[in-house]
Amino acid sequence: MTAQLERRSVAPPTGVARLLATVRDDGRPVSLAEHLDAYGPLPRRPGLIEAVEASGLRGRGGAAFPVGRKLRAVAAQRGRPVVVVNAAEGEPASKKDKALLAHVPHLVLDGAAAAASALGAGSVIVALGARARVEDALARAIAERRDRIRWEIAHVPDRFVAGEETALLAGIAGRPAKPSTKPPYPFESGVRGAPTLVQNVETLAHVALVARFGAAWFRSAGTQSEPGTALVTLSGIVSRPGVHEIALGTRLSELLAGAGTTEAVGAVLVGGFFGGWTRDLDHPLDGGNGLGAGVVVAVPARACALRESARVAQYLAGQTAGQCGPCVNGVRALADGLEQIAFGGDDSRRDLERWAAEVRGRGACRHPDGAANFVASTLSVFETEVGEHLRHGRCGGTDLRILL
Amino acid sequence: MSRALRVDPIACDGHGICAELFPEWIRLDDWGYPIVEPRPVPVALEAHAERAVRECPTLALRLAASRTDTAPRKR
Repeated sequence: MTAQLERRSVAPPTGVARLLATVRDDGRPVSLAEHLDAYGPLPRRPGLIEAVEASGLRGRGGAAFPVGRKLRAVAAQRGRPVVVVNAAEGEPASKKDKALLAHVPHLVLDGAAAAASALGAGSVIVALGARARVEDALARAIAERRDRIRWEIAHVPDRFVAGEETALLAGIAGRPAKPSTKPPYPFESGVRGAPTLVQNVETLAHVALVARFGAAWFRSAGTQSEPGTALVTLSGIVSRPGVHEIALGTRLSELLAGAGTTEAVGAVLVGGFFGGWTRDLDHPLDGGNGLGAGVVVAVPARACALRESARVAQYLAGQTAGQCGPCVNGVRALADGLEQIAFGGDDSRRDLERWAAEVRGRGACRHPDGAANFVASTLSVFETEVGEHLRHGRCGGTDLRILL
Repeated sequence: MSRALRVDPIACDGHGICAELFPEWIRLDDWGYPIVEPRPVPVALEAHAERAVRECPTLALRLAASRTDTAPRKR
């Protein structure tokens, strides 16, 4: 008898490790039988959308949009919906979605299957970044499954903006993976014009657990406004870098203590390249405090975070889709201005602050907003260092290792 | 129903005609792309707004219902 046919109830995970509870030490993906043994079968009962709404789950791809509202919006459309698993994970420092697909693919696929079933969708497309080395594990996992779902794997380029929903859908359709003007939103018209639910990999893994264990269980971790756990990709000066699972609202200091810092921390980038810097180790890690897609980078006190930031801003300027004037010109100007400051040039702070304010909301996607937030945060958190750079061409940071 | 100006940032090529025709509501950034006032256009100024919309060479400007969008959007 296969594990699938057993109907014994399985207790939900009790610790902080919910998504990562079954990850194997040997790195092999958890098989379907092992997965069902640990979490129990995916219940086939109605009410998933209500349960997700009650759970308070927010998207874990960076925008923290309420997942129940998105499900509701797709469900309200005419036509048979399509579910898209957003596995683009275009931010170089982020590894959590690839980790979930490589280690616990069935948790992600269960979430997609539960959403598809709730919406009456017949097909699910998993959209992978071109360099994600998870396709074999994913294909094998799909082959193990017995859902009545047509699973497809699609590839999108490894560009920073390729994970933006409309860019992802363009990539799936074989067009350049660039954002389009909204409306229409994907929930109205996505894959082949069908109402389309686009959800991040980690988000769907949480959906799989809400479907099994319910909203009250989900809310037993995290905070009132942001319940549940989240994956963070931690890097920088820590002994155990990589993907960690935390309860939302966990203090930065707790995460760093758990991972072990190797030297004095100068500043921490929270939320990745669209995020912001902080020196406050009491900073709570949640969407409302800029956790974004969960990238956390600890930079040593003896590093020059300004030069690091200038490099990130240049990267972001190079990653625009090249479509919208305010983004193409504005993000480039922000990056060049920050570079001037970091490498001994003009004081363009007033222009930078004005451009940062002006470019927000003026692109087809949020790329200019994210870049503006990053540059504004750099100028504000490293105000002292900016002054030193403008006066002396450098600050006290002598460690020039590249950390970002 | 009150209406507000919206720019399609992909279609906009920064010709700047809109800012010339309707400077009360549209100014240009340092690269010549329009920054439009997000508030609804007062009825008294709607004719100017409509003219700016009509004259845009790339059809990137429109007057749309100004109700706050409740649709899901990626931040």
